[in-house]
Amino acid sequence: MMSVGSSHPHDAARLHVTGQARYIDDIPLPVGALHLAFGLSTVAHGEITSMDLAPVRAAPGVIRVYTTEDFGDHIPDCSPSLGDEPLLTSTTVNFVGQPVFLVVATSHHAARKAATLGKIAYDEKPALFGYDEAMAAESRFEDGPRIYGCGDAAEAIKAATHVIKGTLHMGGQEHFYLESQAAAALPQEGGDMVVYSSTQHPSEIQHKVAHALHVPMHAVRVETRRMGGGFGGKESQGNWLAIACAIAARDTGKPCKMRYDRDDDMIITGKRHDFRISYTCGFDEHGRIEGIEFVQLTRAGWSMDLTLPVADRAMLHADNAYFLPNARIESHRLKTNSQSNTAYRGFGGPQGVLGIERVVDHIAHTLGRDPAEVRRLNYYDDMVVPTAGEGLPEDHVLSLDGDPLSRGGAETDTGHGAHAGGQLTPRGKLTPYGQEVEDFILHAMTEKLLQDADYAARKKAVAKWNAENPIIKKGLGISPVKFGISFTLTHLNQAGALVHVYNDGSIHMNHGGTEMGQGLFLKVAQVAAQVFGVPIETVKITATDTGKVPNTSATAASSGTDLNGMAVKNACDAIRTRLEVFILERFGESEVTWAEGRVRFGVHDMGFAELVSLAYMNRVSLSSTGFYKTPKIEWDRIKGKGRPFFYFAHGIAITEVALDTLTGENRILRADILHDAGTSLNPAIDKSQIEGGYVQGAGWLTTEELWWDAKGLLKTHAPSTYKIPACSDAPDVFNVALWDGRNREDTIYRSKAVGEPPFMLGISAFLALSDACAACGPTYPALNAPATPEELLNAITRARG
Amino acid sequence: MEITFRLNGEIVRTREPATRTLLDYLRDGRGLCGTKEGCNEGDCGACTIMVEDESGKKPLNACILFLPQLHGKSVTTVEGLSKGDTLHPVQSAMIEEHGSQCGFCTPGFIMSMATAHARGETNHEDILAGNLCRCTGYAPILRAAQKAETSPVPEGFEHIPFAAPAVVQRPETVDELAALYGLRPSATLIAGATDVGLWVTKQMRDLDEVIFLNGVNDLKGIIETDAAFEIKAMTPIADLIPLFKPYAPSLSEMFRRFASTQVRAAATLGGNIANGSPIGDSPPPLIAAGASVTLRKGEDQRTIPLEAFFIAYGKQDRQPSEFVESITVPKAGLINLAVYKLSKRFDQDISAVCGAFNIAVEGGVVRSAVIAFGGMAGTPARAKTVEAALIGQPWNEATIMAALPAFAKDYTPMSDMRASADYRLSAAQNMLRRLYAERSGLATSVLSIKEGA
Repeated sequence: MMSVGSSHPHDAARLHVTGQARYIDDIPLPVGALHLAFGLSTVAHGEITSMDLAPVRAAPGVIRVYTTEDFGDHIPDCSPSLGDEPLLTSTTVNFVGQPVFLVVATSHHAARKAATLGKIAYDEKPALFGYDEAMAAESRFEDGPRIYGCGDAAEAIKAATHVIKGTLHMGGQEHFYLESQAAAALPQEGGDMVVYSSTQHPSEIQHKVAHALHVPMHAVRVETRRMGGGFGGKESQGNWLAIACAIAARDTGKPCKMRYDRDDDMIITGKRHDFRISYTCGFDEHGRIEGIEFVQLTRAGWSMDLTLPVADRAMLHADNAYFLPNARIESHRLKTNSQSNTAYRGFGGPQGVLGIERVVDHIAHTLGRDPAEVRRLNYYDDMVVPTAGEGLPEDHVLSLDGDPLSRGGAETDTGHGAHAGGQLTPRGKLTPYGQEVEDFILHAMTEKLLQDADYAARKKAVAKWNAENPIIKKGLGISPVKFGISFTLTHLNQAGALVHVYNDGSIHMNHGGTEMGQGLFLKVAQVAAQVFGVPIETVKITATDTGKVPNTSATAASSGTDLNGMAVKNACDAIRTRLEVFILERFGESEVTWAEGRVRFGVHDMGFAELVSLAYMNRVSLSSTGFYKTPKIEWDRIKGKGRPFFYFAHGIAITEVALDTLTGENRILRADILHDAGTSLNPAIDKSQIEGGYVQGAGWLTTEELWWDAKGLLKTHAPSTYKIPACSDAPDVFNVALWDGRNREDTIYRSKAVGEPPFMLGISAFLALSDACAACGPTYPALNAPATPEELLNAITRARG
Repeated sequence: MEITFRLNGEIVRTREPATRTLLDYLRDGRGLCGTKEGCNEGDCGACTIMVEDESGKKPLNACILFLPQLHGKSVTTVEGLSKGDTLHPVQSAMIEEHGSQCGFCTPGFIMSMATAHARGETNHEDILAGNLCRCTGYAPILRAAQKAETSPVPEGFEHIPFAAPAVVQRPETVDELAALYGLRPSATLIAGATDVGLWVTKQMRDLDEVIFLNGVNDLKGIIETDAAFEIKAMTPIADLIPLFKPYAPSLSEMFRRFASTQVRAAATLGGNIANGSPIGDSPPPLIAAGASVTLRKGEDQRTIPLEAFFIAYGKQDRQPSEFVESITVPKAGLINLAVYKLSKRFDQDISAVCGAFNIAVEGGVVRSAVIAFGGMAGTPARAKTVEAALIGQPWNEATIMAALPAFAKDYTPMSDMRASADYRLSAAQNMLRRLYAERSGLATSVLSIKEGA
């Protein structure tokens, strides 16, 4: 049986359901372990004028209290980028929730309680919260806006038959990983430190902890077995806890642990960037976009964190699936007195995609055309099907038996000339940033989903319902996604692995990726099992460890499997090659097959363990590192030109909603999804990513509202007030299918990244709600996100004109 | 306090601070780390465990459950669910259906599912409304719950009563409670602890004096007469869903949406009223239905209209050492009752607005109208100007539209993270329009609509 392509359950599923899976706070620490909590600022902007921490120091269980005075001129920095995030501040505070002092106590509760007892006085200063205030104050990162584009947008708009303008607000999003941020540090002999961290980026934790302790990176080892969810929120935000623990552990000689209470987590950590996107678009009588201008404003928060690449990616997805012959995209990264926004699934991509999806929806409404047709009119040109010999090394191509979870057309069936009145003449394949879209497959995917979801008939049924029902309106929304895969910071596109084959035939696999629930470890283990032709149980999945694989990139940008799968494969291939050389030398056979736990060559048929044992006795090295770097990519983020992405992943969704026009209450009635995971390594895992991504994306645009009061205090800082989707918010009818088509590029077994792209399919729910609002009147409803009941009622009012 | 309870089959007798939570006890005290802390306020369900007593099995949030509330009961955690290598059917189904990703919420889901499985309940979306999952989008979890439905319930989780010695701060009769509270007027009364729990876990308050109510057996139960239901204060919200279903379906549905399964199993009607929140969901409909509240202090009992109990924001008509003993709901008040709960999310969300209408129409004319709202003022409050605009008028659209401006006379709502003042006012008005549309036979609820042609 093939290991790759099988729907194995998550490797830790049994541990999950029995409560044995261990997270940071579950790791037993030696007796005497100490617990940490931050004392937080209570104003959004100001100078600290005095601090009375005597009540904190006197509180029960408190061992030590740190302020900046404990660090002299070397206040540890927690930033992943600019160096603008001091662990503690005694001068300027920049948002409500900034760490001011650090409590070390005998228990988590003692630390939390003491942290509330600080008396801090401030000289308050005016704070910047909104886009307009920040723009007026020129409060931004980088000198001015970044501007990417192609052609002459202004001229094209001027010449166009139709022109629309609009503005779309979209809120941010709290990650709400179920396991809040956590770290533990265990002091070692000679000043070394072992850190357990719930992080997507162990190497960053290692680097930041070493910097804070003034030791080389070799003195710090970071281990991450799993996270209880990450979604980008644990790419940089874990630095604070790990650094705090390491310092306290060094100073006290005791193991130190810190986990944020949920409210602290939501008040301190960054979220998805909110955006305000304005657009002007010129188009022809069919709805073909001739020229488009976007102005993207985003609130970075108080520090830079990862805002630059996030905002870059929003620009790079301002086209989504559509050919924009003349485009100008202007991006402002505003510095505001709020949490420092950070990575979140899609990393700016969803915001850029929502911008253009709004524009296309607006075009369709303006012309009274079917939004699905307008989308197809503007799609990039189809992929030119690669011919044999064009970059398709056979060793990476699998022919899979029909998996029940997988359906869809063959990749060669992407012709699109024959439908929709033959209007779909090729338009172009060049993105505004100069990369050719060589692998576009949405024409055929769209056609298939429209059929499978019975779109045309349901559109009629919705119109009929709306004609007959004055209060409850229905809406249909369709949205595609084309998502660029690679870190835009090119050097991050590398990965390492370490594979040991023990002489009993068991395999120990390690790589730089981290497991946050996405099934990365399993998929990569499937790769190792595939190379050696052994059952998956033969492969031991081990915790990510900076002592085993160095200099890793964050598990982010959907790249985990692409990068680490290849690195592991390269390590396994190296060992297998040594074994094949051994077979040739020992048995004179060069044709070897590896399958079903057996190794077969010539007349021989031996178990994998038997061969390995024999190789060991003959002094064959059974351990190897592996390394991979993504080919073909190059990118100049200042000019906004190059090939930032190795390839694109695609998907398309159709959502039907019902909307109560009296209150704005609504429900998702049905969602149909067709998603491109290339040749799926594990269809069940990929399907789960798609379902989960869709619901999380829909949550971002509907119930999830971040709300700050006039003083800048985040009031939605717990699940009682911040509402992620609950069980009944998932679509009543939820059809998810994988598109069968291997990746055009030479990725791991021709699969495609699947972590982030499906998140954007949730946009179809937002568009469906907009469609239901539009059924209330003649005017375009210009719905903003999140489409809370209140915002929907406002949009209905606008639609009525 | 010395607490006696059964934990995963073993009798535990332990001396603990009165406000030690079960979650902390399990994780820090017993090293049972399968039960997770996700939010520490009862809103995510990661800490769900199964509790059983004479009234049956229920899922509860361990993070806001004080140990004395478990006195005499049996607790099963995820560690106690599987027997050796033999998994519980819901555990097997979750593996087979790929119901876990990061796995952090999973033990809580497992315990909610196992409890429902034992109770033979299959309304999974409602059962699991109090368990948040950020990874899966719930689809595989629902598939797993359905898959396990037909598997037999494993044995070994039955509650076998055992001796649990009396504890002073845990009275066992109303008279004992009245006497104890008389001696300790500053004590905090703890019923389900779904609110008081957060005083401890979030506000980190020390509650020096506490009295636990869960042992007061004559403070539980519902007495039905021909004319009314007398609902004892310690009756859990969960019991009100079936109670009101035949009389006022929308009231029953409101109590379903009142909170999650776990919170409904812990929270009590008396607690929801006594705490006096302006956004508590039970007062508006009960006021509209003409309910009264009976208060007890020492030997003395008094009964007042529920409406009169709420004096101002944070101030109720309750004297020191006085407590809510029961709430009496006249059946006649339920006949025309319509309740609308409005929140950002349907399940397990605090209302932005909760509206209740008790409007009787005779011969096409409004004979009586009692309208009460939560979320529109500092207390649950009547819309008396609106009522006056309706009474005596023909029941038609013109009357409704003419009455709408009166809402602004009755209420000056506030803006906060749940909704703006403008929206609250519009939504309240539109609830009256919804009532009219509903009685006219139009489709008015998105919850009852299906997809497709």
